[in-house]
Amino acid sequence: MLADWPILSLTIWLPIVGGFLVLASGDRAANATRWTALTFAILTFLVSLPLYSSFDSTSVGMQFVERATWIELFKIEYYLGVDGISMPLIILTTFISIFVIIAGWEVIQYKPSHYMAAFLIMEGVMVGVFSSLDAMLFYVFWEAMLIPMFLIIGVWGGPNRVYATIKFFLYTFFGSVFMLVALIYMYFQAGSFDILAFHDLKMGLEVQVLIFIAFLLAFAVKVPMWPVHTWLPDAHVEAPTGGSVILAAIMLKIGGYGFLRFSLPITPDASSYLDWLIITLSLIAVVYIGFVALVQQDMKKLIAYSSIAHMGFVTLGFFIVFIIARSTESTGGAMMGVEGGMVQMVSHGFISAAMFLCVGVLYDRIHSREIADYGGVVHTMPIFAGFMVFFAMANAGLPGTSGFVGEFMVILASFRADFWFAFLAATTLIIGAAYTLWMVKRVMFGAVGNDKVAALKDINGREFLVLGSLAAAVLILGLWPAPLVEVMDVSVANLLKHIAVTKIP
Amino acid sequence: MDKIYLLIVLAPLIGAIIAGFLGSRIGRAGAHWVASGGVGLSMLLSFYVLLQFINGTTGVYNESVYTWMVSDGIRMEIGFLVDQLTAMMMAVVTFVSFCVHIYTIGYMAHDEDNWPKSSLAGTNSYQRFFSYISLFTFSMLMLVMSNNFLQLFFGWEAVGLVSYLLIGFWSVRETAVFANLKAFIVNRVGDFGFILGIAAVAMYTNSLDYAEVFKLAPGLADTQITVLGDTGWSLMTVICICLFIGAMGKSAQVPLHVWLPDSMEGPTPISALIHAATMVTAGVFMVTRMSPLYELSETALTFVLVIGATTALFTGLIGVVQNDIKRVVAYSTLSQLGYMMVALGVSAYAAGVFHLMTHAFFKALLFLAAGSVIIGMHHDQDIRNMGGIRKYMKITWITALIGSLALIGLPGSSGFFSKDAIIEAVHHSTIAGSGYAYFAVVAGVFVTALYSFRMYFLVFHGSGPRDEHAKAHLHESPKVVTVPLILLAVPSLFIGMFTVGDMVFGDWFKDSIFVLPEHNTLGQIEFHGTWAFFTHGIFALPTLLAAAGVAVAFVFYMMKPALAESWKKRFQSVGIYQMLDKKYGFDETYQALFAGGSRGIGKLFWNMGDRGLIDGLIINGSARSIDRFAGWVRNIQTGYLFHYAIAMILGLLILLTWFVIA
Repeated sequence: MLADWPILSLTIWLPIVGGFLVLASGDRAANATRWTALTFAILTFLVSLPLYSSFDSTSVGMQFVERATWIELFKIEYYLGVDGISMPLIILTTFISIFVIIAGWEVIQYKPSHYMAAFLIMEGVMVGVFSSLDAMLFYVFWEAMLIPMFLIIGVWGGPNRVYATIKFFLYTFFGSVFMLVALIYMYFQAGSFDILAFHDLKMGLEVQVLIFIAFLLAFAVKVPMWPVHTWLPDAHVEAPTGGSVILAAIMLKIGGYGFLRFSLPITPDASSYLDWLIITLSLIAVVYIGFVALVQQDMKKLIAYSSIAHMGFVTLGFFIVFIIARSTESTGGAMMGVEGGMVQMVSHGFISAAMFLCVGVLYDRIHSREIADYGGVVHTMPIFAGFMVFFAMANAGLPGTSGFVGEFMVILASFRADFWFAFLAATTLIIGAAYTLWMVKRVMFGAVGNDKVAALKDINGREFLVLGSLAAAVLILGLWPAPLVEVMDVSVANLLKHIAVTKIP
Repeated sequence: MDKIYLLIVLAPLIGAIIAGFLGSRIGRAGAHWVASGGVGLSMLLSFYVLLQFINGTTGVYNESVYTWMVSDGIRMEIGFLVDQLTAMMMAVVTFVSFCVHIYTIGYMAHDEDNWPKSSLAGTNSYQRFFSYISLFTFSMLMLVMSNNFLQLFFGWEAVGLVSYLLIGFWSVRETAVFANLKAFIVNRVGDFGFILGIAAVAMYTNSLDYAEVFKLAPGLADTQITVLGDTGWSLMTVICICLFIGAMGKSAQVPLHVWLPDSMEGPTPISALIHAATMVTAGVFMVTRMSPLYELSETALTFVLVIGATTALFTGLIGVVQNDIKRVVAYSTLSQLGYMMVALGVSAYAAGVFHLMTHAFFKALLFLAAGSVIIGMHHDQDIRNMGGIRKYMKITWITALIGSLALIGLPGSSGFFSKDAIIEAVHHSTIAGSGYAYFAVVAGVFVTALYSFRMYFLVFHGSGPRDEHAKAHLHESPKVVTVPLILLAVPSLFIGMFTVGDMVFGDWFKDSIFVLPEHNTLGQIEFHGTWAFFTHGIFALPTLLAAAGVAVAFVFYMMKPALAESWKKRFQSVGIYQMLDKKYGFDETYQALFAGGSRGIGKLFWNMGDRGLIDGLIINGSARSIDRFAGWVRNIQTGYLFHYAIAMILGLLILLTWFVIA
């Protein structure tokens, strides 16, 4: 049966092998290279589908488990498995990767084989991050992720790419070093790098707080949370479109995923003790970053800031749990927050990807990201304008699109924690609409801004395919989020049950 | 029945999808047939449903269509609740929408003239317009037929989206795309409150289903929550006020009314459909639907009452000084929405909804008539340039007169019954604020008559249009434009007298509206049949005030225009005219305070926070410090042996001294 196949391994290694094949084939037959890359991306997506279709959403434990000894001396294992929290993120990764390959099709003329290879390898590594159940394996994938992204921005990036890559690298590396220390500490306590064993590790509050902060540094940079977010706008601005898409759609999710896989279950008491900190930072992300987004002149920067604001909902949803649990003495009512955060991550994967692709469409034509260089694009690119307005509305959280679902759930849940949390979170309805639609107004509407806009050609079939697929995903998830929520329901309930029990010995 | 309800909703949606996505393939005629056909079918079926309710052959329907999601034990569903209130709303929405669809065929016939030659967006704008108004009908039906808060919010925001798309329909016009952004954001301010209200409902009832929530509501009437400091707030008051903030956005109540006049930048058919007859009344519908909640909080009812009364009187006054034909009607809409809210505030929900219905007919009629005039005047909208149009556009003239008379409450017309019921209900109310509200709605009658007939006389009477060229080309609009006018004129005149007995004073609404016995203001009005109500109303104060308003308008704008000028000067000298002309300064204040303020805060955060503090000081700052430190250390590494020797001797000396002293 399908379940006997090492599906997770296939999903990880198929794109990586494909990446090296593409790399080896070189740029002489660029088109063949592109098709090979696309074939591997699609194959990987198809291979990953059984993770959803054969997933048992009633089971608490890890599924599709693969376990083998890797480095015996340190008890490091090749240990993979997914639950309802990681599985949707893996499907998201394999889905988005297809469109990243297509989006770079004829746009990337400089070393396309290297470009495609970087993305394929990146894809496998990211799936590895989401499916590792061994902390060292996780760490290897985690750090490995930096290399292709570093190259993507560094080689195919904009004029200021060196500053951006260094900033990106130092920021994320700085965070993850502390995580490594925490992992090694727990290895000595637990006797292995098994993440699930870490979950059961008893630790005093002081130790928990230290470990929590170590994780926080790593994950907060990735999410990114205020005030360690400033690498993101720079990285986005300099990254090629595909890089921005992967960065926003998948890499940021790894931070959110880390909170659920590591921080909450390993250090529940510290998480509860320091929840005010995360909630404050999340609300700052929603409100402060929203205002910052409003005044951006560069479309990519604006969307980057909007990403940070939307990710604020994710961390907010994850950490209001403790306040609700303390005030009601039960975790009932808190589930919606965590599930909302998860839905928000998946939805943001689609929407931010689409928004960056939209900017890419314009950038490919006019080579400017400045809002002021556009105006009246609707008159020359009406089909594109339809897509852009749709995704902008999704970004502003319009019901019926996926952007609404997560925000709605988190606002509902945070009301249970505190009226003012909900109040501040709900301001995104106004600020989010203001920065997104104001940009749309200046870029899309009004009279045709200049000769360059007048000469624009509407999107081609390739671009239509990419944007259309993402639009379908955004719409389906918005109209019927039940299937997504169902697969994570049991895992989230189990997580909440786990963190409700103190780990202080 | 469930298939019929589904069909009623989906027919306009399918029409919208076909007209929108296949617009260029099916052509103009294909688009207007498919869109009007969908809405027409929806209308016929809605009439059938209404008839079933009138005959009592069908009961309340409350079923879910599918489960949107289940989280935390809260089932969020998409489903329909069809009762008497919904059935009436469905009929009104689909009927007005159908009339507007037909009218649009004429109004938008030459839409390509409104677009630059090279614009690709202009090539199928006609089809797109039909797609949008059908999509609107779908959204509005979803809103009124919802059986839960989630779908209500869906419909609520979906109509907002279509409104956004339609106000900015002529996207080449800077004013239009400014107005639609403004409309959307102001509505979002309302929705901000609305979603908090929904969150409160979800928290305390663990459900979003109307029936479930209404069942639990009485048990929560005494629940107190703390929001600010330690003062306890009644939960119901918080929920109702939060929800009402949503209604203030959508139904354009002071101080969130500023978007509606600007929304007139959109094509006239949608001003009639969305910004007069249906969408803007969603707030009134919502509060009525939530009557089991509002009845539990007198504070919230007073809030509704005061906001409504303020809107009713003060926005009406602005209408007196407007010169754009559509803006006069827009301010009139604001004022009438205020009347509806006043009715809700005194628990006369039935009267509020009744006025919603009659207003939908005569206000849609007035807008469409205004549109007909605008076609005749070749898109000149200034009423000072018009005059004598009755000679050239007979059907438009008569129907506009009917609409105006219904609006000011000519005894016997629909507007008379609905407005009188409201005024009487306020009169009998003892709730806090009812004294102020009574003054506002009675004074409002005079104001309504004044601005309505000022416009009517300036447009249709007097000597012909100023511009000779315009005069020469004036002629009646085509049948697709005039037939909807006639269709709407009939209920504007007659529907009130036939339905007032059952809807307002009878038991038509049954359980769909809940009123506490001590709030039952409508029950205190002595109603002895429609005829008695009519004869009693003829010589009542409101009718006299309306007549006075018409008389003043007649004197000022027909007999002695010089008098109008001298009064204008008199008002100018004390600043009242300027205040009205500036619309009490809301726009300027908001623009400076909120739009400017947000940008200012954004710039501050960005420059000081992100670029100054975080990047400048900490990130690049530490990079620079390391660089500087490294540079300084580099200086020490001179490579000269004697430097190192001196450093060694100095270090040794310091160490030795330290040892000796310690």
